[in-house]
Amino acid sequence: MALYEHVFLARQDLSQAQVDALAATATEIIETNGGKVTKTETWGLKNLAYKIKRNRKAHFVMLNVEAPAGVTAELERQIGINEDIIRFITVRVDELEAGPSVQMRKNDRERSRRREREEA
Amino acid sequence: MARAFFRRGKSCPFSGKKAPKIDYKDIRLLQGFMSERGKIVPSRITAVSAKKQRELGQAIKRARHLGLLPYLVK
Repeated sequence: MALYEHVFLARQDLSQAQVDALAATATEIIETNGGKVTKTETWGLKNLAYKIKRNRKAHFVMLNVEAPAGVTAELERQIGINEDIIRFITVRVDELEAGPSVQMRKNDRERSRRREREEA
Repeated sequence: MARAFFRRGKSCPFSGKKAPKIDYKDIRLLQGFMSERGKIVPSRITAVSAKKQRELGQAIKRARHLGLLPYLVK
């Protein structure tokens, strides 16, 4: 089974509950096709660097996926139909990060850097 | 690794044991290798090795696609 990271962007005027529902449907698509989702990360409402389909902001969700080949094609097909999702990307990776990704760590990064400096 | 323009020291910032991993999600890291106008800085200035520069370019392009980084800053 191959490992993938799937990130999608949902429209800014959705509520957090609706975004979670979207993540749940994506998970369901993967699981019905014989894959599994090892981690779901919601990065929250973030500012976009440029406007995408008239959205200045978007809800970011990342899924870590372990699935046989072809499942991502089905996932992307279904997600492409959904108008609440404005953009998505699926990246094949050699290994999935176990802990929280950089986006989640951002806040405590400064602290850890300071700690590193003190130790050195 | 926020500084893109430095002169001395020819070693690649992504080689070595404590080197950061190139990741399209790590905006802070990638931004250090972009100009103020949002362009990717050439490796002859940043001293990134050719292999890592290709990875870096790929990561920046992915981040741009997701709206995490700009294609251009006016």
